[in-house]
Amino acid sequence: MAEPEMTETNEGGEVRRRDFINIAAVSFAGVGAGVVALPLVSQMSPSADVLALASVEVDVSSIEVGQAIKTTWRKQPIFIRNLTSEEIAESKAVNASDLRDPATFEERTLPGKENWLVMLGVCTHLGCIPLGAAQGEIKGEYDGYFCPCHGSHYDAAGRIRKGPAPTNLEVPEFSFISDTVVKIG
Amino acid sequence: MSFPWANQYQPENEFMKWMDSRLPLPRLIYNAIGAGYPVPRNLNYFWNFGVLAGVALVIQILTGVILAMHYAANVGVAFDSVEHIMRNVNSGWLLRYAHMNGASFFFIVVYIHIFRGLFYSSYKAPREMVWLLGLVIFLLMMATAFMGYVLPWGQMSFWGAKVITGLFSAIPLVGPALQEWLLGGFSPDNATLNRFFSLHFVLPFVIFGVIILHIWALHIPGSSNPTGIEIKGQQDTIPFHPYYTAKDGFGLGIFLIFFCILTFFMPNFLGHPDNYIPANELSTPAHIVPEWYFWPFYAILRAFTFDFLFIPAKLLGVIAMFGSILLLFFLPWLDKSPVRSGHYRPIFRKFFWFGLIPCILLLGYLGGAPAEEPYVMLSQLASAYYFAHFLIILPIISMTEKPKPLPNSITEAVTGKPLESAA
Ligand code: HEM
Ligand code: FES
Repeated sequence: MAEPEMTETNEGGEVRRRDFINIAAVSFAGVGAGVVALPLVSQMSPSADVLALASVEVDVSSIEVGQAIKTTWRKQPIFIRNLTSEEIAESKAVNASDLRDPATFEERTLPGKENWLVMLGVCTHLGCIPLGAAQGEIKGEYDGYFCPCHGSHYDAAGRIRKGPAPTNLEVPEFSFISDTVVKIG
Repeated sequence: MSFPWANQYQPENEFMKWMDSRLPLPRLIYNAIGAGYPVPRNLNYFWNFGVLAGVALVIQILTGVILAMHYAANVGVAFDSVEHIMRNVNSGWLLRYAHMNGASFFFIVVYIHIFRGLFYSSYKAPREMVWLLGLVIFLLMMATAFMGYVLPWGQMSFWGAKVITGLFSAIPLVGPALQEWLLGGFSPDNATLNRFFSLHFVLPFVIFGVIILHIWALHIPGSSNPTGIEIKGQQDTIPFHPYYTAKDGFGLGIFLIFFCILTFFMPNFLGHPDNYIPANELSTPAHIVPEWYFWPFYAILRAFTFDFLFIPAKLLGVIAMFGSILLLFFLPWLDKSPVRSGHYRPIFRKFFWFGLIPCILLLGYLGGAPAEEPYVMLSQLASAYYFAHFLIILPIISMTEKPKPLPNSITEAVTGKPLESAA
């Protein structure tokens, strides 16, 4: 008494109404499961309080020429260095296009404040803190920074010169909100 | 395999009969690790290490669950809570040292277990699935141990977490976002510690589940043996219980002696002193190294200091490190020799003992050494050999070498007398 397209054995192989219902039901359940998975995945991303610590202000008036301080931003170390004129000249003399991660000295500093180098003290290889910011630390073969974890050498402008790190030390977004106060982030 | 001559389970009393017809768990155990499981008669001590790995997992779960009763997963107090376990909790020092050294012993026995598989080619048909599941267990173990090492929140914990999650940042496009997602921040912090604790707690139970699959898959063809030839008759086998329960029990005793020597007399021998310094996000330890059991892989990671084609060094190192393990998933199909046991494969055996084994030991040594010359150059050579061994040397010799004649049966190999009837 059942109509042919409603039986289990449909020899013609054409699409039955039941196939359509099955596929529609399973797809709907699939979409539902996908939507449920979203919060399960997104809960892992940085939470609101972590994102809220997004900017810091630092007074740099006490940093002498040739010295640097370490501070933190978003729980990551920041190097702020008052470059010497030799370091500036040396960094400008480098031909940027020969570098692994080409960047000129001007691109890494602010115009008119080019003695201030502000960088994340996080090796772009796997995240160790490079040496070279504090006095007496090894500065590596290019007279800048050296990461002891896997041997990356950075120059005085924080550009990668040798070793496994792929990119230059990151320069965060920063600006001078007064002559002596830097705002990072 | 259920050989026709396997002992049949006979419930001993009325209660066991009642049980057998409702929940036949005793029957399952009898057939899996009891007198109902026929095993080749010639297994040597290398066949102890599977059971020992199981015991190591039980030790980890027991000590771990108890540690979790006293440990607090919060960056403010995690370090102190571990010291509290060490100083104040009754027998806390014992449980923690047992858990710390238990992790090392787990890896020691698993490495020997894998070594056994490599030498006797246990990965070959019909046991490919056993091998593949074993590698899954190995990957899960590495994830578990890594996250466990983060929990005490010492210097090595913190920087280990940073460097290992940093590996994911090498992935093009999504890498940095993926790292932030894994950490729940820009750097390891409370969110990281909490999720690692949760996962470190649950993964061992996942491992337990995969071990059940591993043994299920093993029991379909049954255990291989040092000659690598098939079982031909009843005389080739003996029941697992009492023969191998006794042999495994003896091995377990030896294992526990070594375990106790380390745990009681030199509990920090395998650890790194820097992990007794609380985590400091502003100072990287001079030499950051992972736990010893990761050294060979760490050496491969660090060997890539140069860009190749358009792939940056950092990504190459990560691909090579993961590749060195993923490669093993293809081993059953890379080794084409019809003969299993290394005893009957003269050229294979030479490359195994004088190529692969020294290469892995050297990588292990280099992974713990600082990132300087000559270690970097040696790591490059050893990594190159590692990949060449599996991808080039092994496939070629497995097709070209002439194996030595195999014994006619296990019984003949052991007693010198032929198997009487092919029962
Ligand atoms: C596959 C099995 C396991 C392995 C390989 C493993 C490995 C480790 C390692 C290497 C540590 C760091 C030891 C240290 O330096 O102090 C650790 C710590 C810890 N593990 Fe496990 N573990 C396992 C199972 C478990 C289980 C099942 C639990 C709980 C249910 C657990 C709970 C803990 C706790 C609370 C700590 C922190 C206390 C401490 O540092 O001693 N573990 N684990
Ligand atoms: S983290 Fe700096 S070289 Fe690897």
